[in-house]
Amino acid sequence: MNNRQLLISLWTMVVKEVRRFVRIWPQTLVPPSITMTMYFIIFGNLIGSRVGEMHGISYMSYIVPGLIMMSVITNSYSNVASSFFSNKFQRSVEEMMVSPMPNWVILGGFVIGGAARGLGVGLIVTMVSLFFTHLDLQHPLLTLGVVIMTALLFSIGGFINALLAKKFDDISIIPIFVLTPLTYLGGVFYSIDLLPDFWQNVTMINPILYMVNAFRFGILGISDIPVTGALVAIATFIVIFWCLALWMLNRGKGIRS
Amino acid sequence: MAEPALSIRGLTKVYGNGFEALKGIDLDVQQGDFFALLGPNGAGKSTTLGIVCSLVQKTAGQVKIFGTDIDQDFAKAKYNLGVVPQEFNFSQFEKVEDIVLTQAGYYGMPMKEARPRCDQLLKDLGLWDKRSGPARMLSGGMKRRLMIARALIHRPRLLILDEPTAGVDIELRRSMWEYMRRINEEEGTSIILTTHYLEEAESLCRNIAIINRGEIVKNTSIRELLTELDTETFLLDLAEPLETTPVLEGFELERVDAGQLALSVRKGTNLNDAFDQLTRQGARVVSMRNRANRLEELFVSMTSQPDVEQSIDGGNTTQGKETAS
Repeated sequence: MNNRQLLISLWTMVVKEVRRFVRIWPQTLVPPSITMTMYFIIFGNLIGSRVGEMHGISYMSYIVPGLIMMSVITNSYSNVASSFFSNKFQRSVEEMMVSPMPNWVILGGFVIGGAARGLGVGLIVTMVSLFFTHLDLQHPLLTLGVVIMTALLFSIGGFINALLAKKFDDISIIPIFVLTPLTYLGGVFYSIDLLPDFWQNVTMINPILYMVNAFRFGILGISDIPVTGALVAIATFIVIFWCLALWMLNRGKGIRS
Repeated sequence: MAEPALSIRGLTKVYGNGFEALKGIDLDVQQGDFFALLGPNGAGKSTTLGIVCSLVQKTAGQVKIFGTDIDQDFAKAKYNLGVVPQEFNFSQFEKVEDIVLTQAGYYGMPMKEARPRCDQLLKDLGLWDKRSGPARMLSGGMKRRLMIARALIHRPRLLILDEPTAGVDIELRRSMWEYMRRINEEEGTSIILTTHYLEEAESLCRNIAIINRGEIVKNTSIRELLTELDTETFLLDLAEPLETTPVLEGFELERVDAGQLALSVRKGTNLNDAFDQLTRQGARVVSMRNRANRLEELFVSMTSQPDVEQSIDGGNTTQGKETAS
């Protein structure tokens, strides 16, 4: 395929993925917005008013970046996991496999589509948060970079999950038993300064802590960890996960007999 | 001589469980041919076609599509290939025209080229009125036609039809035959057809290969194959039931039941002799018919050994509501 054809096929993949989550918007876009609104009302407004300030910032403002990031992570991951597994289940993945599209285009299409949903939901949650607090963006480019990289990383993660999945249950195990605990314990609702030394050290091996804090630094200018290290870590994980997913796809793992 | 549309050499497939689905088969399908690949369930048809269109990984052997080795440049080989699989393999929730246009996009076709081609195919295949509805609302026959439209969107030179008329009513089947004949004769598209309707193969195809237990047991033209059939079996309905089976000199006669006999006749035999002898023995024949389609008889004789059902295709029906998490 020449470059123009590659671009057309990648664009087709992305449009198909975006069309899918927009078509079923009551399942993909509305629920996270409602859930996050509940978080803002209960944790931010009702409980947050009694918590006081965190690093000199109101609790409501403090949790906003974490909640946005939580939406981006879960939606990017779930979108690709669900969409690619549905393609496997309905065998429509064969449409892509019989075509001359290279595997990196197939992977790229799903990943960009997943990131689009993650970022779309992130934008909706950000707009909802503006009803509750005022956000004064400190580092716009950094904020954008971190959120895009995180969305891409978890989209690739969702793709690997879907490649390995044999039944629908298999694509909900990682979000429920891994992503949700890591996100809740990744400094979304609290600063790790509040934890005893031992648990602070344990928390440092949680990769989501770095993403949440880098994003919080971009919006609020405060972070529990060095931001440069976080950026390098996210970029490294993207490269490793991308190579792993592509290798699996080239080997036909989970899709070819 | 032009490169064959499909050339297979020493193709072998051993599945993870040790089952040898293909035992080093060789096969050529010439350009412009309408070729039938027949065989009982589990014989290796779907595995062969799966390897050709990259859905199954081969264990050994070489596959060339219009001279392009799939191991050297699979993308180039795939440009020439259109596939209509046995099972529905499109998203049931997508709009009909989106399914076809998306496939065009996968081949890198610009929209201004894909849109008119898609419209024409949907019109030709009787799907124009359904183009804006979701694919799950189509009938079984329409879904099969949708897969044909999708397979043809990029103008492939080789079309693989894996049981395209399975479960399709007779009228629709005939119209699909007409369409397939048209694209073969007028557009020069080479076609490989697998089917369980042997009448379909006899009616449409010029050449045939019969595969059984992972081996090609016959590869010739339909015409030659049919000349090999030197015995035909007729079922004779009797006016009155018979207690014993008549014995006919020079004929093989079998009693199906009290009111019916099966008469096997070698090519060139005078049938009148059989009826004379039957009359003398008090058997009055009121009607007769061929026991089976001619090709079917050959097929059964070539693949008559007890077969092991080896299903490699899982079901894929998906009904109801689209879900996402």
